Amino acid sequence: MTATETRPSRPARGVNLKVLGPILALVVLVIVGAALNGNFLSAANITNVLSRSAFIGIIAVGMTFVITGGGLDLSVGSMAAFIAGLMILVMNAMLPVMGPGWPLVFVGMLTAMVAGTLAGFVNGFLITTMRIEAFIVTLGTMGIYRSLVTWLADGGTLSLDFGMRSVIRPIYFDGILGISWPIIVFALVAISGELVMRRAAFGRHAAAVGSNDQVARYSSVNVNRVRMLTYVFLGILVGVATIMYVPRLGSASPSTGVLWELEAIAAVIIGGTMLKGGFGRVWGTVIGVLILSLIDNILNLTDGVSPYLNGAIQGVIIILAVILQRDKKAES
Amino acid sequence: MSETRALTLADVCRSFGPVQVLHDISLTLRPGEVHALIGENGAGKSTAMKIMSGYLEPTKGQVKLDDAPVRFASSQEAEAQGVVLIHQEFNLADQLSVEQNIFLGHEKRRGLFLDKAWMQAETRRLLARLNCKVSPDARVRDISNADKQMVEIAKALSRRAQVLIMDEPTAVLTEREAEVLFEQVERLKAEGVAILFTSHKLDEVKRISDRITVLRDGHVVAQGMTAEFNEDQMAQAMVGRDVSSLYPVRSVGVGDDAALEVRGLNVPGYAHDISFTLRRGEILGISGLIGSGRTEAMEGLTGLRAAQGDVRINGRPVSLRSPQQAQAAGLCYLTEDRKGRGLLLQKGMRENLTLQALPEFTNWLIDHKAEDAALTRAIADFDIRAPTREVLVGNLSGGNQQKLLIAKIMLTDPDIVIIDEPTRGIDIGTKQQIYEFIHALSAAGKSIIVVSSEMQEVIGLADRVLVMRLGTIAGEVSGDDMTEDKIVRLAMGLGATRQEAI
Repeated sequence: MTATETRPSRPARGVNLKVLGPILALVVLVIVGAALNGNFLSAANITNVLSRSAFIGIIAVGMTFVITGGGLDLSVGSMAAFIAGLMILVMNAMLPVMGPGWPLVFVGMLTAMVAGTLAGFVNGFLITTMRIEAFIVTLGTMGIYRSLVTWLADGGTLSLDFGMRSVIRPIYFDGILGISWPIIVFALVAISGELVMRRAAFGRHAAAVGSNDQVARYSSVNVNRVRMLTYVFLGILVGVATIMYVPRLGSASPSTGVLWELEAIAAVIIGGTMLKGGFGRVWGTVIGVLILSLIDNILNLTDGVSPYLNGAIQGVIIILAVILQRDKKAES
Repeated sequence: MSETRALTLADVCRSFGPVQVLHDISLTLRPGEVHALIGENGAGKSTAMKIMSGYLEPTKGQVKLDDAPVRFASSQEAEAQGVVLIHQEFNLADQLSVEQNIFLGHEKRRGLFLDKAWMQAETRRLLARLNCKVSPDARVRDISNADKQMVEIAKALSRRAQVLIMDEPTAVLTEREAEVLFEQVERLKAEGVAILFTSHKLDEVKRISDRITVLRDGHVVAQGMTAEFNEDQMAQAMVGRDVSSLYPVRSVGVGDDAALEVRGLNVPGYAHDISFTLRRGEILGISGLIGSGRTEAMEGLTGLRAAQGDVRINGRPVSLRSPQQAQAAGLCYLTEDRKGRGLLLQKGMRENLTLQALPEFTNWLIDHKAEDAALTRAIADFDIRAPTREVLVGNLSGGNQQKLLIAKIMLTDPDIVIIDEPTRGIDIGTKQQIYEFIHALSAAGKSIIVVSSEMQEVIGLADRVLVMRLGTIAGEVSGDDMTEDKIVRLAMGLGATRQEAI
């Protein structure tokens, strides 16, 4: 071992592990899944896994920007439930006027997008202009939205009118070329998110703000605007995810979207984004989402391990991911 | 404290991977002697100190305590032998009291509980020995930097330090605080402690040390009694060339038209009624004591703080409520706090360089090729020395960080640049380079304000100096009036009696 060999290879190996870690984990999971159950790689199962990941995935892409910018949003699960309830109520209310059909679906979509934008704006406003900790603000709005949807549903379930269900169903179940809409939308959101993070000024600014907001401010970056936009984008994406979600069950209840916020945050962290902000990667988040849903899927398909242990295994994966990606800087 | 110890480095070499940073360093710290280790940033001072105090092991050569070779496996082992390093950045827990800090990790116990009375008494004794009047119960975050330095030393003494190594102890101290420190250093020296310290301030080195070792590029280039050196010789040994002409000669004249006019600028709580005019191509110095509102006034001017007042740029009134507006108007402020406010230490040079001028590199998407080209140009233009282009900015030396910061600001192509503390904590060779950059900018028609606590610096650089005191402009000096004496008088509030005094 000569000195000239150790020096350049050490940083390179560290980088590789950080970049390849999540991908390797995903590959291992696919191999394990395929070995345990013949149906694992079937088109139906893959479509099922990807479609179900799409909700969390779309939200997690938005969450990547929030966390990269040094923020956090705990309210997204409740927000999704509230928006779903609102969307159903608006469509049901307009049904007698507009009749079942695509125009009414568009009204529902518009409702979801506007509600998501506003909800993101409220979070962003309280965090930036009112200078309240993101954790506190979104803990508060999490409770508010959860309570609102429970109140709207009167403790029960808000159901879309049967007349509308068959109209709206294709948004979740149909697609093009055998690929369902949720998967297509997830892919589009992920690709544009990756592009924005890597190549747009907004992504660079979000990382700068999360890394050191004073430096960003002194560098003429409008810190509050960047922070605000991360929350607004996340709100819009929660709206998009809800549009994909409502057609699946055609209902919303107080248990809709429970723990989505933690799954989204977990996916972001597994993907290699730093929880304290300053660095984020969208493709990693996508892999994180896939890892989490594959674990769930494999446990459901196999008999060896109880599906009730899903949470425990996901917890181990999250902790392992953070340990593996930790900077080994403390030595020097 | 009856025993004394001498610490010796004998032909010590140290490499990090293929890079050798120390070459056959030999020096001895003798009891009752103050040894100054000086050199430019990156000369190997920190590495040498870390080897002495057990943070690093030498690749070759030996560390000896009283002529017996020792191997410190860790800094704790070195401390147990009486060798203590005091870091440049304070290693104190802000929320704990002075006493708790001094005994942190070495708490005295009686049975299950802490022996608070004993520790209180011991803290008092240690602080009294250092002539430091701070209370053992004061919280560290409430005490001054000078007192924090004393607490660090008291902490070292509580570990029975016989060899005390101090990394730039005066960097964060005012001149008066440094004087207090030096008195205590003298006292420890009289008690037989062996002391090593580093500093960029050569007058301090001359004042306090008995013996000097000069490092350059990891080699000992000069060693001897302090009395044998004058400051010019020290600087020359550090840099390896003649630095007597530290400040470049002004090559072009100052324009006649006003680039920036400020009338009645108020920064609530910090500065009031600031009025001045900056001419095109001029270098205007702003001096004053720490806390005189210099930095705050400039931050107010550039929209980084709430402020009111009339500002005109090129004769046109402008409203600068945010740094974005100031930048759009061609006015940029370069912060004094390059680590906390200037650069993203966890990011590479490219991201840092283009952060402020990112719109110039963005056409929907960021043009990475243009960014790379800009970095290549900045590295060449500002002589930024980095091990690789991908290095994290936090791993660059202070001088190279400052050069990168200047390159970053200049990328926005401002007409007016305010540079706050252009050379704080930077070695003399890099200082000279930065002064040349500033002159080159002014020759290129930029108008520049230099804010500095170093009086020599404003006098050497500026065409004219404004002196601030208690948040307002106390006076202006130019030409032959630009002397340290006159600036100090204005800064201390003696301006009116200047004539009679002379």
